Amino acid sequence: MSKIIAAAAIRGAHACMDRAERMLADAVGRLGRDAQVGFEGTAYALPTILALTGRRVERLRDLEDAVAEAHGWIPSVPTDSTWLPYLGGTLDAGAATLVAHETVESLKPLGGIPLVSGFWLGPTPDSILREQGIKLVDGRMPGFAACVGALPDDETAEQIARDLQERNILVFMGSHTNGDTMAAQLNRRGVQMNWETFLVPYGPDTSSLVHAIGFACRAAMTFGGLKPGGLKEARDILLYNKRRVFAFALALGEVDDEKYATAAGAINFGFPVIADTDIPQILPSGICTYEHVVSNVPHKSMAARAVEVRGVKIRTVDIPIPVRHGPAFEGERVRKEDLAIEFGGKYTRAFEYLTSRPMDRIEDGLIRVVGPEIADAPEGGRLPLAIFIEVAGRKMQSEFESILERHVHSFLSEPMGVMHLGQRDSVWLRISRKARDAGFRISHLGTVLVHKLKNDFPAIVDKVQVTLFTDAADVDALYPTATAAYAYRDERMGALTDEAVDTFYSCALCQSYAPNHICIITPERLGLCGAYNWLDGKAAFEMNPHGGNQPVRKGEVVDPVLGQWKGVNDFVSTASNGAFERFSAYSMITDPMTSCGCFECIACVLPGTSGIMIVDREYPGQTPVGMTFSSLAELTGGGQQTPGFIGMGTLYVLSRQFLSGDGGLARLVWTTTKVKERLGDKLRARCSEIGHPDLYEKIADETVCTDLEPLIEHLAAVEHPALGLGEMI
Amino acid sequence: MGNKVDVKNRSVDPAAQQVLLYARDLGAVTAWDRHDAMQPLCGFGELGVCCHLCYMGPCRIDPFGEGAQVGICGASADLIVARNLARAVASGAAAHSDHGREVVGVLREASAGGSSGYRVVNPTRLLALAAEWGIPASGRSVNDIAGDLARAMTAEFGRQEGSLTPALRAPEGQRRRWDALGITPRGIDREIVDLLHRAHHGVESDPIALLRAAMRTALADGWGGSMIATDVQDVLFGGPTAIRSRANLGVLQERQVNLLVHGHEPALSEMLVRASRDADLLALAREAGAEGINIAGICCTANEVLMRQGMPVAGNYLHQELALLTGAVDLMVVDVQCVMPSLPTIASCHHTSVVSTSAHAHVPGAEHIEFEPHRAKDVARQIVRRAVEAFTRRDPSRVRIPRESADLVAGFTNENLPQYLGGRFRSGYRPLIDAVAAGRVRGVVAVVGCNTLKVAQDRHHLALVRRLIAEDVLVVQTGCSAIASAKAGLLRPEAALEHAGPGLREVCEAVGIPPVLHVGSCVDNSRILSVCVALVAEGGIGADISELPIAAAAPEAMSEKAIAIGLYAVASGVFTAFLPVPRVGGSRVVREYLEGTVERETGGRFLFTEDVEEAVQGILAHLDRKRTALKLAPMLHEGGVPVDAGAASRSLVDYETPRGLEGLGCGKAQARSQARAPRD
Repeated sequence: MSKIIAAAAIRGAHACMDRAERMLADAVGRLGRDAQVGFEGTAYALPTILALTGRRVERLRDLEDAVAEAHGWIPSVPTDSTWLPYLGGTLDAGAATLVAHETVESLKPLGGIPLVSGFWLGPTPDSILREQGIKLVDGRMPGFAACVGALPDDETAEQIARDLQERNILVFMGSHTNGDTMAAQLNRRGVQMNWETFLVPYGPDTSSLVHAIGFACRAAMTFGGLKPGGLKEARDILLYNKRRVFAFALALGEVDDEKYATAAGAINFGFPVIADTDIPQILPSGICTYEHVVSNVPHKSMAARAVEVRGVKIRTVDIPIPVRHGPAFEGERVRKEDLAIEFGGKYTRAFEYLTSRPMDRIEDGLIRVVGPEIADAPEGGRLPLAIFIEVAGRKMQSEFESILERHVHSFLSEPMGVMHLGQRDSVWLRISRKARDAGFRISHLGTVLVHKLKNDFPAIVDKVQVTLFTDAADVDALYPTATAAYAYRDERMGALTDEAVDTFYSCALCQSYAPNHICIITPERLGLCGAYNWLDGKAAFEMNPHGGNQPVRKGEVVDPVLGQWKGVNDFVSTASNGAFERFSAYSMITDPMTSCGCFECIACVLPGTSGIMIVDREYPGQTPVGMTFSSLAELTGGGQQTPGFIGMGTLYVLSRQFLSGDGGLARLVWTTTKVKERLGDKLRARCSEIGHPDLYEKIADETVCTDLEPLIEHLAAVEHPALGLGEMI
Repeated sequence: MGNKVDVKNRSVDPAAQQVLLYARDLGAVTAWDRHDAMQPLCGFGELGVCCHLCYMGPCRIDPFGEGAQVGICGASADLIVARNLARAVASGAAAHSDHGREVVGVLREASAGGSSGYRVVNPTRLLALAAEWGIPASGRSVNDIAGDLARAMTAEFGRQEGSLTPALRAPEGQRRRWDALGITPRGIDREIVDLLHRAHHGVESDPIALLRAAMRTALADGWGGSMIATDVQDVLFGGPTAIRSRANLGVLQERQVNLLVHGHEPALSEMLVRASRDADLLALAREAGAEGINIAGICCTANEVLMRQGMPVAGNYLHQELALLTGAVDLMVVDVQCVMPSLPTIASCHHTSVVSTSAHAHVPGAEHIEFEPHRAKDVARQIVRRAVEAFTRRDPSRVRIPRESADLVAGFTNENLPQYLGGRFRSGYRPLIDAVAAGRVRGVVAVVGCNTLKVAQDRHHLALVRRLIAEDVLVVQTGCSAIASAKAGLLRPEAALEHAGPGLREVCEAVGIPPVLHVGSCVDNSRILSVCVALVAEGGIGADISELPIAAAAPEAMSEKAIAIGLYAVASGVFTAFLPVPRVGGSRVVREYLEGTVERETGGRFLFTEDVEEAVQGILAHLDRKRTALKLAPMLHEGGVPVDAGAASRSLVDYETPRGLEGLGCGKAQARSQARAPRD
């Protein structure tokens, strides 16, 4: 019965709190109260403590205050008879346990115990959180599983992990059972564990599970725009998780007091516990959506049962191929030693080409392999490959060919044991021995494409046929047709200018968590997430006329320099319920576009330089403006117009209209090496176009400086053109 | 055969049965004996058709249609019944409300600082109330705020227009019904006076109009006087928390000074509890040969000091004489309401002193030590000293303390239940609401009220409560009804394992609560209204009180206050079983209105019955009707047996990987997975 759980959890909370207090006293004794404490790469201090208490812990003295507060939440253990109500107290004890765990984890490095070692990844930096967490929020990932302990054997561990991966569920692993850990079990099975494979080992101690909670807290603060503060704010953060993040804990093996205490903490977030052992159950709902604790669940059905208890039904597309598939397998690499066969890369010619046909020219579902099949090639051998996809549909337009083709990468990455990289004629595709041994053939690439194209684009794709050429002669024969198509598409895209169209597209795909934000996508300014361009918006509207992308008629020009049109202003005013009346497509100073939380980059004005800097969301370090990306994001996001700060897609830098109302590309004085490398030659070309062929080299990055003073010196030394443009504000 | 007294039909409580036998040996005349002597009761009076309002009568209407059908003035049986009922409501409302006025006075006293010994113990509640009453709080001292609140509340009693401030807590739908019906309470005293005026000879002659006016007065009690009393007591003496104690005569201590507090208001009894802990008085008790000072309660004073101090409960209304008859009580202090005038006579069987303390209530034969808030501490210490003196006169050979006493957990309120259900972060009624919605708990029923000599003590209370919890109904209780359950062990959390239906049991086990929640004294019925408000506000099982799967019952109603409470429950939209049948039997019109038509007007109605099983069936049917109307899930168990509901009631969020372009989302996972090529 529940009282057993309550008693165990409260005992565990006391034990965890005692340990945290001892470690803290020890650290204070050694280092003093002013010693700094915190996790790497986050602007949220100790995020769980921040979310629950509103305290931004930076020094040990702050941690002392937080721990003292949390200690007060732990009630006494329920008596054997005539007990007093214990559910609320158990939840409070659980919350206190999370504070204790985070204290312990944050003190470990101060005591010389690294959080990152071997396959253990330690706490998640904000940069990864932004990238991965967004999938929880926009629905690509239904939730996460916190796996606690270890399975009876390695094989079962892999089965559970694969079951969860197949459902797109992020897997966090922590704690141990009898000295073994699930992560070690997966490691012994050779399973790749990292953020790309959705398998994230946090640490071998129970306290490491708090990193999963810290992830959840930050998801609410980052994407939900929830500000930490008092009790009400903490409650909102917990309810956000209950409503949005379909997370749960899998209790694997014996559940000791500390695990119960941790589970009680997780239940505050609406995350239920599913156990494989015969522990007491708590079936009535309320804190969680359904049951709080369900036990004795067989491993075979554990993943399915867990998502059901959490209140989700995950429908997976059934593709008749002999291996598992799903976005979680997209991040899996096929290493050389596991290789059955490969195509492309730097070894053979490999490309993919999708074209549209009249309906009657296509035999739907036809998959042909022309040339050698996998069995015909030597072990670890190489073949050329042309993936030739022909589609037909009543609403298909030739404009959509490139959009569909762009999806080939994710489609072909999803089968387990298939690795796909690149696009167009830079394809590199590998099939692993394990996949081959499971029965995977080259023809199955076609099976995947046919199923996924028809399933994912039912509005525009009615028929698909795929031909896989693996013979050099056929591949070479088709190649000129493909390259001609690529060139034609590029030309058309190049000709697409803001002046040339009369309609832009709005984008509100992220409006569920940034309700005040609306993107306006123009041919020369893609969405700030970097994932959507104007053509995508057009196609999306075609596929779903009631979806998140709506056409916006430009109407008459209000200001050609700032990029304001009457139709756009009217639309923005209506969509924001009158909060914003004007919107400039080409300015970050005057009526800039609002931002949600999922911008690829942030551009911000650098006072004293007459220029701007651009920082990408994966850059963890300091910037010349004195803030990290995470701190900047707090200023920029949340659907507000903040002059001098905008979120933007990286490729916008290359646009003719890149902040053209504010002086354009010549303003760019600092960015990250990552942005520079990604834009590379194209950026050089744009620099030349605007008459500053050496500008690329003059743009500083973090290898030059990360402070304002040296940057100003650098700009003067290289005679950066921004200096001649005058201050922006 | 000396056992001529049929004790089993006098009380179902074994402790009471033992003392009743001892009473016979002592030759004491108890309430039961007086009740027997009174038989047969006046049939006209029972039906409510006896009118003595003016001095031309008394008149009585012949219920068989043979004699007079109207009174001398022309009043019909319907009008006479309605008028008698209305006057009972006015009296009941007056009792609760004067209790409220009294404690508001204590708050005023406390806010003045001074030496009264009272102070604001619960500033959190004070600030919440200040916000509600529009009293500025920022930058002001607790006492300043308390003073203003006390003045505002005092003014509420004499308020003439608009709506009572606490009545604005009622859900909007219910307030609209009141407005439409013209029964929104404008003031407290005003509604009592208004009703007494209407019920005077030759004023309101329409029985229905009179009953509606009575509802307005009742609302001024429930949402006015009672609610203010509860709120102020929580401010002054602390908001209750779940607390352990024991109940029944077994709590009397053989070796300690036994001081019983009886009546209703906690102002003095709180002081007595404090005084009983004073070192010098404890020393005095030791000198007198006692091992300590034991304060235990009777009736609603017991509930007040139980809820906040965990003081043991000696018993409910019908235990007041029995406690004295044990010979173990040294002093009983009484204030107002439900205090039998017989007490000094009963006390004279032993050494026991009876002390009356209220300026409202003098008891011939008792010593009167008047309680005044400004010298409360002194009065309390004086009374404790008297009790110690009395102890020295106790004759141990005449002491017969029954062994019976049961463990209990009490102290639940609308403020702390959400905490117990969800903790500091997730506080709220969601787990309870979910349990109701999912068919684990059928509903929530308030079982309240007195003892009456018309049925064996506690028989109806226990029968009703046991039946309801077995049918997965969560029971909340106040008053003497709560004490009945306490004595029977139903307020122990273990009772969930022993008596609750399987669904309710699961919920009780998850939360750690008994299946029967003690929420206080009879003015604390306002707490139940507050819980209803919170359930509506949290949403999910009804958008108005009348939509909730809830009901109320007064199974052993005795006092006019019970009539007022029952009527404010009905006027607030609550189905209310009331037994025994009050004096409405003589009027078809009144019964039809109160048991039928009124439901269309307020959403609530009465069920009058003598039969406790009929009450059970009526309540269960009502809960099921409300469940059906709300389209709640079918019950997971019926009659304690699991119901195979086929697909369990679970609405799963249909998760599908976003397709097409939306599958790209805003994060561009693609770009990243493209970025990590293997090194070879």
